[in-house]
Amino acid sequence: MTDTTTKPARTSASAVAAANPRIIEAREHTVEIVSDSGEGAQKCGQIFGAVSAKMGNGVWTVEIIPAEIQPPARSVAGASGNRIRIGSGPVTNWGDEAHLVVAFNEQVVLGRHRLEALADDCVILIEDMWASHPDEAVRAAWTAAIEELSSKPYRVIRVPMEERCLTLVENARKGKNMFVLGMLSCIYGRDLQRVKDQIAHQFRKKSQELYEQNVGLMELGHAWAAENLDFRVNVPGMADTGEMVVMNGNEAIGMGCVASGMDLCSMYPITPATSVSHYLSEVFEKFGGMVHQAEDEIAAIGVAIGASYAGKTAFTVTSGPGLALKTEFIGLAIMAEIPLVIVNVQRGGPSTGLPTKVEQGDLLSALYAQPGDAPRVVIAPATIEECFHVVVTARRIAEAFRTPVIILTDANLATGVQPFARPKLDVRWHASPPDQSPVSAGKGPFEWDTRTGLSERFIPGQAGGMHTLTGLSHDEKSRVAYDAATHQRGCAMRSRKLAVLQQTLKTPEIHGDAAGDLLVVGWGSTKGAIEEAVDRARAEGLSVSSVHLRFLSPMEPGLGEMFRRFKKVFTVEINYSDDPSDPFITDENRRRGQLSWMLRAQTLVDVDCWTRVFGEPLRPGQILQAIHDRCPGATSGKGGAL
Amino acid sequence: MPRGHFGEGGCSVIPFASSLLDCVSCSTEDKHLGPADYGSSVPRWCPGCGDHSVLTAVQRLLADENLPPERTVFVSGIGCSSRLPHYLKTYGFHGIHGRALPIATGVKLHRPDLNVFAVMGDGDCCSIGAGHWIHAIRYNMDITVLLLDNCIYALTKDQTSPTTPQGYASNTQPKGSWLPPLNPLTVTLGVTNASFVAQTAEWVPSHLFETLKAARAHRGFSFVRILQRCPVFTPDIFQKAVRDPGQIELLVHDDGIPTAGLENLYKNRQAHDPRDLHGARRLAEFDGKFRLGLFFKDASAPRYEETRHLPVHTAQERMDLLDREFDRYAV
Repeated sequence: MTDTTTKPARTSASAVAAANPRIIEAREHTVEIVSDSGEGAQKCGQIFGAVSAKMGNGVWTVEIIPAEIQPPARSVAGASGNRIRIGSGPVTNWGDEAHLVVAFNEQVVLGRHRLEALADDCVILIEDMWASHPDEAVRAAWTAAIEELSSKPYRVIRVPMEERCLTLVENARKGKNMFVLGMLSCIYGRDLQRVKDQIAHQFRKKSQELYEQNVGLMELGHAWAAENLDFRVNVPGMADTGEMVVMNGNEAIGMGCVASGMDLCSMYPITPATSVSHYLSEVFEKFGGMVHQAEDEIAAIGVAIGASYAGKTAFTVTSGPGLALKTEFIGLAIMAEIPLVIVNVQRGGPSTGLPTKVEQGDLLSALYAQPGDAPRVVIAPATIEECFHVVVTARRIAEAFRTPVIILTDANLATGVQPFARPKLDVRWHASPPDQSPVSAGKGPFEWDTRTGLSERFIPGQAGGMHTLTGLSHDEKSRVAYDAATHQRGCAMRSRKLAVLQQTLKTPEIHGDAAGDLLVVGWGSTKGAIEEAVDRARAEGLSVSSVHLRFLSPMEPGLGEMFRRFKKVFTVEINYSDDPSDPFITDENRRRGQLSWMLRAQTLVDVDCWTRVFGEPLRPGQILQAIHDRCPGATSGKGGAL
Repeated sequence: MPRGHFGEGGCSVIPFASSLLDCVSCSTEDKHLGPADYGSSVPRWCPGCGDHSVLTAVQRLLADENLPPERTVFVSGIGCSSRLPHYLKTYGFHGIHGRALPIATGVKLHRPDLNVFAVMGDGDCCSIGAGHWIHAIRYNMDITVLLLDNCIYALTKDQTSPTTPQGYASNTQPKGSWLPPLNPLTVTLGVTNASFVAQTAEWVPSHLFETLKAARAHRGFSFVRILQRCPVFTPDIFQKAVRDPGQIELLVHDDGIPTAGLENLYKNRQAHDPRDLHGARRLAEFDGKFRLGLFFKDASAPRYEETRHLPVHTAQERMDLLDREFDRYAV
C-alpha cells in the first residue's frame, strides 16, 4: 500500500499537484460508495449513476445491501451503498473489482476488501474522523483496519468529510453523502447543472431549504476535491444514445405489469420482491389497477387466481420461500387451466437463505415443485429492459394458453439500475376485455382441440357457460372423473400446450461463432457478465461463444443441435453445484447446476457447469477464469476469486 | 330486483365490464327459475348426509331470490361439503383444501357484480384455512359463507377436526379428542369487523332457509355455521338435539331469523338483539344448548371492496398515462 497516511494538506507541493491533476483516461470505471445503513450512500450513488447516464455513459448501478435494516454501526458486514460502473459504451453488469471507493468509515471498506471487491490499484477515499476519535477502541479499530488494508497496494486518501460538512450543517450524518457526490462529480467531471437537477429530482418531495443545503454540501465536496486531489478520471460518454430511461428491474416489472394491462397485483411482503409492489402501490391505482396485500403468500396467489377466474388479469409477485408456499395453488391453476402470471424475484436459498442476495436457485422448483405432471411456462428475463417486456409476453401466453407463467428474475436484476431505450408503447400489449358473449348450449369449458390442447375459457357472467372448475381430474365439461382414460387425456392436453408454444419459439442467437471449442450457456441476470467474459476470451483468440436462454419451459428449439457444434458446453449459473474435485464427488454422484441438469436431460449432451453461490452477482473475471479452465490452449489469465 | 343485478353496488368499480355485460342479453333474467332449475348432477353424498339438506335449501334460496345462474359463483375448498358447487347449475370453483376464501375474495374484489358464496367444512375453514377465515372476516366482503360443520373429517374417513367434541373418538385420536373443541361462533365474533354471525341446523329446514336468506340479504361477510350430521362418522353428535327439541334454543328478535312455524316444536326461545355484540359473545359460548339464530349483525361495518375505488380507463388512456410515467425515468 502506498500513501497510507496521505492526508492532503494545503502545502505548496500538493497544491501544485491538485492544480495540475493527472487525467486517467478510461473506457470504463467502477466506483463504490459504502457507509453504514442510513448514511445516504445509496442516494448518492443513484444520483451519480443517473447523471452519468444523462451524460451518455453506459451505467450499471447495483445496491450493496446488508441483510438487516440497521446493522451495528461501523461493522464489516454492515456495508451499505452502491457500486456504479460507468463506461464509454453500454455496461451490462457490475464488473469485477472497484477502481475507486468512497468509504464513510474504515470498517465498511474492510468488508469490501475481504470480499475481494477492490482492484489492487484501487483508490480509497476515506472519512478520517475515526483516526482521531475520542474513543480509544475506535482509534484502535481504525489502526487495525488500515494495517489490514496495507496488504494490498491500494492508495488510501484521508478525507475530512465530517470536518468540512460541519462548516455548513450541524449534523454531518445527514449530508455527508452530498459532499461525496460533489467529490465524485469533480473526479469524473460531471456536469454540475445536471447534478443539481438530479438532486432536485431526488429530493422533489422535500423542501427548497433542504435542496439548497444539499447543493451547498455537494459544492463543498466538489471544491475540496478540486483543491486536494491530484487525479481525475475521464470516461467519455456516447454521443447519441437515443431516448433512454433508467430504472431498476423491479420498477421495470411494475411498469411492465401496467403495460400488459394487468388489473391486480396480489402480494405478500417478501424481500427482494416487495419493491415491485411498493412501486405499484404508488402508481397502480392511477391506472385503475389494484395492489392487494393478502394475509399470507398462499392467499396472495389465491386472490389472484380468483380474480383471473372472474375474468381479470392478475399476477402475484414473490421470492423463493413464497413460491414454495404457493406451490399447491400453482398446481390448481395448471389443472384448472387458469391464466396467471407469477413473478419470482429469486434470492439465496434454501429456507430463509440470503434474503437480500442474488441466487438462481429456484429454477427446478419453479418447474417441478407440484405433485403429478404439471406443465407450466417459465421465462427468465436477462436484462432490466427485458424485465419490462417479459410481463407483456407472459400475460399474453398465460391467456392464450390458459396457463400459469412463472417469471424468474433475481436480486441482481431487482436492484440493478441500467439505462435502456425508452419503450415505444403499443396498445395491443393490453389484455382484451373479457368475452362475455353467451355460450352455446352444451359446450364445456375444456373442449380441448386435441391437436393443440387449447380450449375456450368461460368466465362468470357468461350465460350458458356455467360449470364448476376443479383441481380433481376432470373431463371436457369439468365433471369430476376418475377413470384412467380421462386422466390420461387431460394430462396429454395440458402437456400439448407446451409443445405448441415451443413450436412458436425461435432458436436463441449465439453470441460469437456458431461452432467452436467452447459454448457457455446462461439464463437470467448473468447475461451481461457472461458475454463480457466471452468477449474478453475471444479477444485473447479463444474459440468461445455463449448463448442465453429466456424460455426454460418449454425450452427454445434447436439447442441439442447447437451444442453438438461445440467441443465442450458448460453452463454458468448462480446456484450450487458440487465441485468435481471435492471429496467423494464422482461424475456419477455430482450434483450439477440446475440448468445444466435440465440441458443434459433435454439434449443428451454432456453439459458441464460452473456455478457459485457467493450471494453476489457473478464477475466477468470469474467467468473468464472458468472459460480458461475449460478451453484448450488458454493461457491462464487474470481471473477473479473462485 | 334481486341483489347482484347490475346497477347496484360495486359496479362503479368496473363499469366497463358491467356495461359490457348489460348489453348482452341474459337468457335467464326474464324467466323465473324453480329450485330444480339450479340443480346439476345427482349428488354423491351418503344417504342421510346433512349436505343434501343444505343443497336443497341453497337451491330454494337461489330460486326464491331469482339469482341468475351465470352471475352466481359458489367457491368451495376440499371435503364432502365442498362438492356442493358440482351439484349446482351456477358457476363454481371447487378449489383446494382450506383456500376457498382467498379465491372468493379474488372473485368478489374484481367482480362485485357477481353473487359470491363460499362453502366450507369444519376442517377446511377452522383448521387448514383458519388464517384465511380470520382475515376474510376482517375484510368483510359481500360474500355469503356457509360453514357445514359435522365436527369431523369425513371425506378422508374419520379424523378429529377442530370442532370435534372433547372425548369423541376418531381414527386419529382413538382415545377420544384430547382437547375441548374450537368454537367457530366465538372465534368469528372475536374478529374485528365481523358483521354477520348466525347458526342454524340442517335438520330444521325452514330455519336453515331463513338463515341463508338473511345471510344473503346482508351486505358483508355473512358467516353461517350449519350444524350438520355425518351419518357415517358422527351420527350421534347432534342426534340428541334432533330427537329432543328441548336442547335447542332459538334466538328471536325482529331483526333476527324469522321463526314462524317453529313455535310449537322449539319452545326454548331467547330474545337477543343482534346489534348486541357482548350478548352475542356470551350466547355463543356452548353451555349444552344449541342456539340457532342470528347472533350478530352490523350493516355499517366497512367492506373491503368498497374501500377500493379505482378509476376506469381505456387501454389507450392507460398507455398514455404510462408514457407520462416514463418521463419520470427519462435520461
